[in-house]
Amino acid sequence: MGLTALSAKDPKTSKDNNGSDLKSEIKSYILHHLEDSHDFNLMSYTDKISGKKVYIGMPLPVILWDNGIKIFSSTKLNHGKTVVQSGDNYYKLYHGKVYQTDAKGTINFDEKNHPINYKPLDFSITKNVVSILFTALIMFLLFKGLADSYKKNGMIAKGLGRFFEPLVLYIRDEIAIPNIGEKHHKRFMSYLLTLFFFIWFLNLLGLTPLGINVTGNIAITFALALITFIITNLSGKKTYWKHIFWMPGVPIPMKIILAPIELLGVIIKPFSLMIRLYANISAGHIVLMSLISLMFIFRNWLGSSLSFALAFSISIIEILVALLQAYIFTVLSALYFGFAVEEHDDHNHH
Amino acid sequence: MEKLINEFSFGLFFWQLLIFIFLVLLLKKFAWKPILDTVNERESSIKDAMSEADKARNEMAAIQESNQKVLKEARAEREALLKDARNTGAEILAQAKTDAKTEANKIISQAQEAIQNEKRAAVNELKNQVAQISLEIAEKVIDTELANKDKQAQLVDKLLKDSSL
Repeated sequence: MGLTALSAKDPKTSKDNNGSDLKSEIKSYILHHLEDSHDFNLMSYTDKISGKKVYIGMPLPVILWDNGIKIFSSTKLNHGKTVVQSGDNYYKLYHGKVYQTDAKGTINFDEKNHPINYKPLDFSITKNVVSILFTALIMFLLFKGLADSYKKNGMIAKGLGRFFEPLVLYIRDEIAIPNIGEKHHKRFMSYLLTLFFFIWFLNLLGLTPLGINVTGNIAITFALALITFIITNLSGKKTYWKHIFWMPGVPIPMKIILAPIELLGVIIKPFSLMIRLYANISAGHIVLMSLISLMFIFRNWLGSSLSFALAFSISIIEILVALLQAYIFTVLSALYFGFAVEEHDDHNHH
Repeated sequence: MEKLINEFSFGLFFWQLLIFIFLVLLLKKFAWKPILDTVNERESSIKDAMSEADKARNEMAAIQESNQKVLKEARAEREALLKDARNTGAEILAQAKTDAKTEANKIISQAQEAIQNEKRAAVNELKNQVAQISLEIAEKVIDTELANKDKQAQLVDKLLKDSSL
């Protein structure tokens, strides 16, 4: 679980340096890991003879929108060490972001040490995009296989998909129907099922030694929460809007006070979805990597094996968290859809 | 919060949104819809089969019950028929007996009547014969006895005595 990759990745040169250097290096390494990257690196080490850093992995296409599309390979960025010329413009990678620079690659900073160079729109196929595409492909093959096995095998699942059929049924019977209701749940099934498996698979992928952190990225969780938000409000029925703007069953002054609160709730609900998934997965990665890093800080049998045991148990917990967070996101989305499509008659029953 | 906004990558957001929506639509067409349809179909077919089996069981019980009823009815009918037949037989016997009795009585009375008639005829004939004989005797007596008056009277007396009827 991330062990082989990290041990290989961990800078060996820090042997000669003092401990605080190693710690700050680990910290920056962890933070770097949490971020997206323009190339798919599996590991890196510093060559002892030449003293250069060697990266092992695959390059990915960098796509920029800067008054026209600029496409070049991520090898040209060379981890921020070289300036790339594309057309008339020069680009440089700085802290994971591509900036437009002059031919020398100068980056100017403001007083808070933030770059003030122009940042072109970056549509690069990054490591996370590749991971998403990979997950999408796996999901498509897996569930198409399940659907096809029904046809071939007379309504009984066969093969790998068989393992996922109970989960599909669980989402329908325990998440969609209880929260949305028998009548409307069918409309949301495709989204809920895709959502659940997408988050789960990506969470699990994040636990592999590939060093991927997709669901711990705010852009990803924002996109997912945004879709839930849009679907919720597009399918909102009269009762839903009435509960927001003119809460029934309370005196009129209360109605006026409740309206802005409820309106705020409309945004807070998906916002909490976004933050919850992001924070849980990021925290999991940080804790796990910190524990693994401890082995290299201790450098003795007792401490290292202790941190190994800790890292191992946290890994197991993280596997559970991967499923749990996917479940929570799906359940809460279903719950919000349920609020939206709730009919007036249903209101008195609960 | 600032870090979050700083970390936000529009490109990644764009790709995520695009790929995810595309994935939802693709899976909906090729996976979720067929899977859920099949599962629904399977569930309803199981439900149907269950209710069908239940119905068949009920039908079976009903058939058995009706069989039992029919059997009972048949038995009752047989009993009734037998009883009826017995009754009819007895009746016929009784009827025959009475019929025979009346017939016999009729025959007897007819026979008696015939006997009576015969008797009457015989008596009449006898009377006629007696009258004939009497006439013959009277002729003879007249013939023979006309001469002798006493003897005549004697003879008449004697004849009358003899022919007391």
